[in-house]
Amino acid sequence: MARMKLVLVGNGMAGMRTLEELLKAAPDHYDIEVFGDEPHPNYNRIMLSPVLAGEQTVEQIVLNSREWYAANGITLHTGKKIVKIDRKNRCVEADDGHGGKIRADYDRLLLATGSKPFILPVPGADLPGVVGFRDIADVDAMIHAASQYKHAVVIGGGLLGLEAANGLKLRGMEVSVVHLGDWLLERQLDEPAARLLQQNLEAKGLNFLLRKQTEELVRGESGRVCAVKFKDGESVPADLVVMAVGIRPNTELAESAGLHCHRGLVVNDTMQTFDPRIYAVGECVSHRGIAYGLVAPLFEQAKVCANHLAEHGVARYQGSMTSTKLKVTGIDLFSAGDFTGAPGTESLVYSDAATGSYKKLVIKDNKLVGACIYGDTLDGAWYFDLLREGTDIAQFRKTLLFGQHHLGDSGHGPAERVAALPDSAEICGCNGVCKGDIVKAIRANKLFTLDEVRAHTKASASCGSCTGLVEAVLAHTVGGDYSAAPSKKPLCKCTEHSHDEIIAAIRDQALKSMPAVFAALDWSTPDGCASCRPAVNYYLLARWPAEYKDDAQSRYINERAHGNIQKDGSFSVVPRMWGGLTNPKELRAIADVAEKFNVPEVKVTGGQRIDLFGVKKTDLPAMWKDLSDAGFVSGHAYGKALRTVKTCVGSQWCRFGTQDSTGLGVKLERMTWGSWTPHKYKMAVSGCPRNCAEATIKDFGIVCVESGYELHVGGNGGIKVRVTDLLCRVETEEQVMEYCGAYTQLYREEAHYLERTAPWVERVGLAHIKAKVVDDAAGRAELHERFKFSQQFAQIDPWKERADGGSAHEFQPIRITA
Amino acid sequence: MNDWIEIAKIDDIPRQGSRVVELDHDDRVNRIAVFRTASDDIYAVRDKCPHRGGPLSEGIVHGGQVTCPLHNWKIDLATGEAVLPDKGCARTYATKVEDGQVFLKLA
Ligand code: SRM
Ligand SMILES: Cc1cc2nc3c(=O)[nH]c(=O)nc-3n(C[C@H](O)[C@H](O)[C@H](O)COP(=O)(O)OP(=O)(O)OC[C@H]3O[C@@H](n4cnc5c(N)ncnc54)[C@H](O)[C@@H]3O)c2cc1C
Ligand code: SF4
Ligand code: FES
Repeated sequence: MARMKLVLVGNGMAGMRTLEELLKAAPDHYDIEVFGDEPHPNYNRIMLSPVLAGEQTVEQIVLNSREWYAANGITLHTGKKIVKIDRKNRCVEADDGHGGKIRADYDRLLLATGSKPFILPVPGADLPGVVGFRDIADVDAMIHAASQYKHAVVIGGGLLGLEAANGLKLRGMEVSVVHLGDWLLERQLDEPAARLLQQNLEAKGLNFLLRKQTEELVRGESGRVCAVKFKDGESVPADLVVMAVGIRPNTELAESAGLHCHRGLVVNDTMQTFDPRIYAVGECVSHRGIAYGLVAPLFEQAKVCANHLAEHGVARYQGSMTSTKLKVTGIDLFSAGDFTGAPGTESLVYSDAATGSYKKLVIKDNKLVGACIYGDTLDGAWYFDLLREGTDIAQFRKTLLFGQHHLGDSGHGPAERVAALPDSAEICGCNGVCKGDIVKAIRANKLFTLDEVRAHTKASASCGSCTGLVEAVLAHTVGGDYSAAPSKKPLCKCTEHSHDEIIAAIRDQALKSMPAVFAALDWSTPDGCASCRPAVNYYLLARWPAEYKDDAQSRYINERAHGNIQKDGSFSVVPRMWGGLTNPKELRAIADVAEKFNVPEVKVTGGQRIDLFGVKKTDLPAMWKDLSDAGFVSGHAYGKALRTVKTCVGSQWCRFGTQDSTGLGVKLERMTWGSWTPHKYKMAVSGCPRNCAEATIKDFGIVCVESGYELHVGGNGGIKVRVTDLLCRVETEEQVMEYCGAYTQLYREEAHYLERTAPWVERVGLAHIKAKVVDDAAGRAELHERFKFSQQFAQIDPWKERADGGSAHEFQPIRITA
Repeated sequence: MNDWIEIAKIDDIPRQGSRVVELDHDDRVNRIAVFRTASDDIYAVRDKCPHRGGPLSEGIVHGGQVTCPLHNWKIDLATGEAVLPDKGCARTYATKVEDGQVFLKLA
């Protein structure tokens, strides 16, 4: 079959990203030809600012070398401008730069022509010495001017203008920034933050002329520009004028071909123009009326577009929320959303002129709708997440302004600290990745996003607590904010759908098997991957406990073999000890088993029970049989399941005990053992507020008091410690049991797979949980009933099943003697 | 040892799963993981992850790959190569299926 022909017009960031995504999705689908009117292979336009500032070189910012194009079988034409699209005959025509023409036929055409700097229509705008700030040629012109002339004027106090001004200053010019507005970066900052920024830049030697309207660029004797004249009659000397007053989508070519344009080339949610054979991405595009000017949304467009070019036909682009940062070394600012404080909103403001820090958060209906930060911006990514996810912040409103580390994240510190760290500093403790490794990977592989850094270095790919640091290294190494993920997070690379959409589809469309889910939701892989299969298996199990047959092959080995895999491939065995209670008979049985199977190590765990380490997989069923005969069941120490119910001594013995905490713990464990949960689930009961069972860092914790029981939820020890929230107080043990069942079931039904209760509570908000578990008595009873129903199928001891011969193949190797 | 060794019936290997074949030599035991994919292709790979020696036989099988249970490297079953960006290779062995019987070739 002959391959289809794809032509890309515009060898820039969005177009080339689309091709990279396309090659990943469908490597052999097209013969590809690329036309770019710049003489260079694709480079990282964003890094022109550091190039201008002398912090990077043009070679360092090349994204796809000519060798890359060749290796991927792509024909590249540089310095060739496409001047005509012949839609009828499906071909394009380029100017070869020497008066000749080149033609290329297409089956699909991709337009990614970017945008053009807007040039003020004032007299003198076309004089030598007047440039935009868009491409390598502009930067070359600026660097050249800086080596010969003294006075530079930048018109426009936006991000681009300030970065140009900073670079020119570093190149030794006297720089004035002319700005029409009342303060700098009006679209990114409010006035107080902008004043701080201005002070900071003035300290670096920049000069600002605010509220100035340019009237004319004055021609000097040499024919080159020599001054800028304003409406108020004043003027300033200028040997170089940089126009940075905005950009306009470059739609000239599209318009000449009769494609519908309105503030950009109009596309639908699949990035298709009005001509179905022609797609478009990038700054030239207008999607739902918006033309984006930052790469994060453009890269999302690229991904969707590639999906359709590959004829997978499932992705849709639904618009993006963007955030901005300024790439001037030593200055940190971040803004996102609407921070102007419109009616109906509330503002939280922190301002300290002495240290140059300013933070403004705008809240509406208990949700963050805007953020503007100057100074320490490391929490920017976190605020941006809260904003996009629409998280209910009522519970941590008091500390919101102080950032994520005040919620107990261990990974964060000031941004400067990241910049100052030596290359040998360990960033990711889980995978032993140093700062130098990350920086090297980002440079060598041209990484843009957190996901890419994770894939290449494994940094933050495990526990995730260093995510903030990795993002800081990324931002520091590549500049702007690339890590912004799409507004919707797909479960994994096999699907476009989010956890919530999958949970809803399983429920609403009564999907009862994994193939049914994959078919109904257009999975891109035939049988999923190691991320989505366990998740979908859990969702099906949680929704259809009676009907769905658990799929062992979609379980992580620990849950498939019912033990915890060790680094040497052996397993650990932890029998359940109800509420941490034991007796001589049980201890004797454990001792016997340990001796009989030569268990190398026996240890008391942090969860009040005994762990037998280093057991050979082949011995597991026989060992379980002995334990089962002695009355033990699996402790599920390996599972996303109910783990332990820790208890303290309580009123039976302790002089302070107010209730029978041990007895209640045992009852709770008997009710809940065996249940599968989105992530591991731990409980504890303390007999009094001295809280010896540490109930306030458990997923569900009970603190006994004279008048009854305090129920606490959403606690977490471990990586990121979170203290529980008080759910409510109840009076009887029966109530404790019912609330416990209901809360557990709500978590089982609503949380995302691998989301513990702590992040779940933060995501959905305590108010939501109270409404369902505390305020709605009927709803609570139903949740509790559903929990008990599913327990009928869950409380079958997996160890006994296997001791009796179940899944024998799992444990027996095939032995061949040579 | 150029011969095909008969190891199991295809149905002894769970679909999307594996079995371990232990070869007793005089001095050491060689473990080979024999995988059966969702589409019933059979592959044999040395049961030792090129990363830190994890038992690949315990991994989750998806498409023509297995994800190592220890640190999530993905290994291509046909070639034994780690999927980029990870780099490394596990030894593979030829297999064939005749009349529902799986054979393995060691050399
Ligand atoms: C055995 C035990 C350590 C011990 O010797 O005491 C243990 C061992 C492991 N823990 Fe733990 N944790 C043990 C108590 C704890 C506790 C203390 C507790 O439960 O009171 C915590 C903090 C409390 C909490 O979870 O909130 C704890 C927080 C973690 C975490 C971090 C969880 C988090 O949400 O931040 C992990 C990582 C994970 O689950 O992803 C983890 C993961 C692990 C794993 C399963 C790592 C793994 O995936 O292989 C360890 C298995 C070791 C092995 O080779 O078998 N373990 N782990 C404890 C078993 C208790 C039990 O009887 O079941
Ligand atoms: C100095 C600077 C700093 C920036 N900093 C940031 C930042 O920190 N963060 C951020 O997110 N974004 C930043 N941006 C914006 C970002 O670079 C753009 O959003 C992105 O490059 C747009 O990609 P694109 O593919 O749409 O356009 P481009 O990258 O401009 O690519 C379009 C290409 O098409 C070519 N072309 C146009 N017409 C034709 C034709 N008819 N024939 C052949 N070729 C043609 C152009 O020459 C150009 O090479 C910055 C931009 C600049 C200039
Ligand atoms: S037992 Fe827990 S704390 Fe100890 S090494 Fe393993 S995961 Fe880390
Ligand atoms: S041993 Fe296989 S991924 Fe580490």
